[in-house]
Amino acid sequence: MDEARIVRRGAGPRLWLAGGWLLLVLLAAIFAPLVAPQDPLAQDLMLERLPPFWLDGAEPGYWLGTDSLGRDLLSRLIFGGRIAFIVAFAAAIAACLVGSTLGLIAGYFGGWADRIISRIVDIWMAFPPVLFAILLVAVLGTGLSSVILAIAIIDWTRFCRVIRAEAMGQSRMDYVENARIAGYGRIGIMLREVLPNVLPSIVALLSLEMGIAVIVEAILSFVNLSISTDDPTWGGIIAEGRLSIHQAWWVLVFPLITLILTVLSFSQFGEALKTRFDPVLR
Amino acid sequence: MLLQRFLIRLLTMLITLFGVAVVVFVVIRVAPGDPIAMMLPPGATDDDIARLRALYGLDKTIVQQFFIWLSGVVRGDFGTSISLRQDVLGLVFNRLPATLELAIVALIMAVLLGGTMAILGARERGTAVEAGIDIASGAALSIPDFLWGLVLILLFGVLVPIFDISGRVSPQLDLPFVTQFYLFESVLRLRFDLTWDLLKHMLMPAVALALPLAAIIAQLLKQSLKEVLDLDYVVQARVKGFSETQVILREALKNAALPTLTLVGVQFTFLIGGTVIVERLFSYEGLGNMAIDAVINRDLPLIQGIVLVFALLFVLINLAVDMMYALLNPRLRHG
Repeated sequence: MDEARIVRRGAGPRLWLAGGWLLLVLLAAIFAPLVAPQDPLAQDLMLERLPPFWLDGAEPGYWLGTDSLGRDLLSRLIFGGRIAFIVAFAAAIAACLVGSTLGLIAGYFGGWADRIISRIVDIWMAFPPVLFAILLVAVLGTGLSSVILAIAIIDWTRFCRVIRAEAMGQSRMDYVENARIAGYGRIGIMLREVLPNVLPSIVALLSLEMGIAVIVEAILSFVNLSISTDDPTWGGIIAEGRLSIHQAWWVLVFPLITLILTVLSFSQFGEALKTRFDPVLR
Repeated sequence: MLLQRFLIRLLTMLITLFGVAVVVFVVIRVAPGDPIAMMLPPGATDDDIARLRALYGLDKTIVQQFFIWLSGVVRGDFGTSISLRQDVLGLVFNRLPATLELAIVALIMAVLLGGTMAILGARERGTAVEAGIDIASGAALSIPDFLWGLVLILLFGVLVPIFDISGRVSPQLDLPFVTQFYLFESVLRLRFDLTWDLLKHMLMPAVALALPLAAIIAQLLKQSLKEVLDLDYVVQARVKGFSETQVILREALKNAALPTLTLVGVQFTFLIGGTVIVERLFSYEGLGNMAIDAVINRDLPLIQGIVLVFALLFVLINLAVDMMYALLNPRLRHG
C-alpha cells in the first residue's frame, strides 16, 4: 500500500470530529434528565412555537424554541437521542452478529453453505427495505424491541455480503493453507485466522449500520410506527416539523441537522476506524 | 452461451420470487389478531366463525394454506383490500405508473448529474475541481434520500418556494388522461402545461432519490475513466489532436461505462425502494405512499400485493441488467 494513500486516508481530524459529535450526543442522551433544560413532555400553550434564542420573541431557557404544543425542542432532541442510540447500538450489533457469522461461514466454507446463504440474501434483497421495516413493525407491534428486531432482520444482509466476499478472498490466501497443513481445524482457522483479517471491515460496517439504524428509526417514527407517541423521537419531531413547516421552521431544521451530523459521523467514524485497524494499511 | 445464461438467471429469479412469497406469507401469518374475527360483526356464533374459516381455507394445514394462497397469487388473484374494498391488483396497477415515472425521472437525473461530474472530474484529474467533486459526491452518498428530501423541502419549499413539495399534480387542473402515466401521456398529447406542472411536483422527490445514486455514478465512472485514459488507444486519440473532452466522450466513455452500468442496475432497485418514504414525504400519490397507508390500516392483502409487485420489479431489473451486461461485454459475447 503506497504511503500517499495512508496519509490521505489518515484517521486524524475526521476521526476526532466524528467521534466528538457522537460522544456529545451519547453523553447528552445518557444524562438526558440532568442536561435537558426542560421536561420534554411538558406542554404549555402559552409558550407555543417560540423561536430559537437569537430571534425576537424567544424565551430564556428554551434555546432552540418550542413546537406547536409549547414543548422545548432542545430537551426533546436530547431525549430523542436516547431512543436513537439504543436502537443504533442494539440493532447494529444484532445485525452484525447474524450477518457476519453467516457471511464468514458462506465465504470460508463455500459449497452448499454458501449456496443456501447466498440464495437467502438474494431473497432479502428483493424486498424494498423501508417497506419491509414498516411491515415488520406493523406485524411485530410498535415498541422499542420491535424496531430493533425489524432493523436486525432486514440489515444482516449488508454484513453478510461484504464479509462473505472478504472471507472468500482470505480463505484463498497462503496463510490459511499453511494453517491447514499445520493441522488446525477448519472452524479454528476460520475464527483464529480469517476473522481477525475481516474484523476491520466488520467494525467499519458496524459504525455505518448504526447510522443507518438511526435513519430507519427516524423513518419509522416519522410514519408513527416506532415507539409510543409520547416519547420524543427524532423522526417524531421531524414529522411534527414537516406539518408546521411554514409556521415554525426550527422544529424541522434542528432535528434534521442533528440527524445529518449523526449519520455523517457514524459513516466517517467507521471509515476512520477501518483505516486505523486495517493490518495492511496500518 | 447467452441463452444458457439467461435460462439459469430466469431459474434463480423464480426461486427468489418463490422465497419472497414464502417470507411474505410467514410474516403476514405471524401477525397477531385473527383475520376472521376482524371480518365478522360482534356477536357472531362459533358456527359462523367455523364456516368463514373453511371458506378462506384457514381450517387447512399451514402448508396447504400457503399453496392455496400461492396459486391465487400466480393467477393474479391478490385478494381484496380490506381498507379500500377493491381488488388489490387493480389498486396496485393504478398506482404503479406514478412510482415508475418518479423512479425513471430520478434515474435519468442521477445518470446525467453523476455522468457530468465523472467526466468533469476525469478531465480535471488531480486538480481542485476533482477534489471538490470527491467531497460533493462523498456527502451526497452519506446522506440518505429521506434526509435529502427534508433538506429540499426546507430549501425549495420554504426558503425559496419555487417548487411544489406536495402531491403529484395541482389539484385544480383538469386532467384529460386515460392512463396513469401522466407525465408520458401529457407529452404525447402535447399538453406541455401539464407536463410542466407534473415536473414541478416531481422534481424535488426525484432529486432526493437521485442524489445518492448520482454520487455513486460520479465516483465509479470517474475511477474507470481515469484508468482507461492511460491506455494506448486513448493516448493515440490524444496524439491525433482530439481535445481531452472529445477523447473522453468519443473514446474512453464507452469502454469505461460497463462497470458503472452494472452497478446502476443494482442501485436502481435501491432507488425504487427509496420511493416508499420519499413519496410519503412529498405526499406523492404512488405505490409507496399507498403501502404505508396499507400498513397503518393493517390492510394485509394490500401490503402483500405491493411487496410482491416491488419484489417482481426488483428481480426483473436485475435480470435485465444482467442480460445487458452479457450483451455488451465482449468477453462474454464471444465466449
